[in-house]
Amino acid sequence: MYNLLNNLIGNDYLAAVVAALLPLFVFILPYALMAVLAERKVSAFMQDRLGPNRLGGKYGLLQTVADILKLFQKEDIVASEADKKLFNIAPVLVFTGTYAAFAAIPFSGAYIGSDIDLGLFYIVAISSLVVAGILMGGWASNNKYSLIGAMRSAAQIVSYEIPTALVILAMVMVTGSLNLREISEMQTAYIWNWNIFGGAFSGIEKFLLIPFMLISFVIIYISTLAEVNRVPFDIPEAESELVSGFHTEYSGMKFAMFFLSEYANMFAVSAVVTSLFFGGYQSPFGYLGNTLGISWLVPLEQLFWFAAKGLFFVFVQMWLRWTLPRLRVDQLMTVCWKYLIPYAFVNLIIVGLITLL
Amino acid sequence: MLTEFGKIFVFILLAAVFVVVAIFASKLIRPARPTKEKLLTYECGENPEGSPWIKFNIRFYVVALIFLIFDVEVVLLFPWALAYKDYGLSGFLVGAIFLLVLGLGMAYEWRKGDLEWARPVINPPVIKKQPYVKEVASQISADDNQTVLQDQEI
Repeated sequence: MYNLLNNLIGNDYLAAVVAALLPLFVFILPYALMAVLAERKVSAFMQDRLGPNRLGGKYGLLQTVADILKLFQKEDIVASEADKKLFNIAPVLVFTGTYAAFAAIPFSGAYIGSDIDLGLFYIVAISSLVVAGILMGGWASNNKYSLIGAMRSAAQIVSYEIPTALVILAMVMVTGSLNLREISEMQTAYIWNWNIFGGAFSGIEKFLLIPFMLISFVIIYISTLAEVNRVPFDIPEAESELVSGFHTEYSGMKFAMFFLSEYANMFAVSAVVTSLFFGGYQSPFGYLGNTLGISWLVPLEQLFWFAAKGLFFVFVQMWLRWTLPRLRVDQLMTVCWKYLIPYAFVNLIIVGLITLL
Repeated sequence: MLTEFGKIFVFILLAAVFVVVAIFASKLIRPARPTKEKLLTYECGENPEGSPWIKFNIRFYVVALIFLIFDVEVVLLFPWALAYKDYGLSGFLVGAIFLLVLGLGMAYEWRKGDLEWARPVINPPVIKKQPYVKEVASQISADDNQTVLQDQEI
């Protein structure tokens, strides 16, 4: 993709700029628009309501567009007590941390923002930037709700980063690579080559790995759910006690940026889980493009499979939101430190032993 | 030619630029009519009481400390996870011993109670059984009837 753009445009740096803007404008913005609507529709259907249905036909397809236009016109209020510099930097930092993670996520065989060997490590590292942004926003608001929300959020994201990292370590041991594109390439061909079904191993190793892959998947899914502050781990912005947590004081476009990065983050963690366990952009069976002999169709099919898998996990996150009640702070910490981390440790050691066989 | 890290830099730069441009674009359209009440810190419509920058639960600090230790360990384990297969069982044992020491540290913290979050002590009120007083009950129902009648008259 990068080479193609380079040939088209002729300038190296311009091609990099276009390649970096592609995921944002082609995927994340339309996705976020639809995801906000989908969230409301899913919740409505689960509660036997209709949800938004006035704009854009029966399903309210234009509702989010109207919301964005409304947010554009909203007055931007910065409380006089707030620390204005930090208050304004916070949304930039949160969105940058979220979007930078997309650089190492392969959208299809033909497109990856940056094909570095440190991919997974980079994603774990750069998404910590979000914590700094959240803490900054909460502190600078000079508001009690914001500060409590920010502190809770920081403690939660920081704690749940450890089980995530431990599971990623186990997956690194299985695949022997940190590059998400390479990991996706390893799970090629058929559904039983996906890492959740033992990956590219064969014989007894594969069957021994399957249960531990399932455990790894459950651990990483729970902890990424907590990392993006989704229900049942949404105590940072528990709307019934903290108004809306760390972004209580934000309005207008700055609030929209927090919202956008929240939805982008939901997809980012789903994409990482997909790439690690469910074959990334690989199709569960063969490609139509290969059968017909049309080579340019394959990357598009891969993009379709990647988006489909990622969006499925985003849908599961919404589903869980309207199924489970919120945890208390002490329960949240107990789940992380006393259950997920010990299990992840044991899982790591056993997976290491199996790969040595 | 840009390196792979150069491309990441472009990503980070453009993300920041996108947010700044979006906020400035809305600044051209949106109104700005600040009043004293609008600029008050939000506290459910009340005047804010005191500063929110107060002493915080020490647990947050302890969690941050434990996280720091674990995160450094995980960072150290990443190169090991990539390379241990080249050294066979001995390579694995090196990492396993490291993990064991880490596990012992965690067991110590657990035993010391540093993983416990301060939980609210719940003292449910003890409800004494009271005999049902008939006169009071009839009094209440009579009051109810009166109010209903008054409503109808109005």
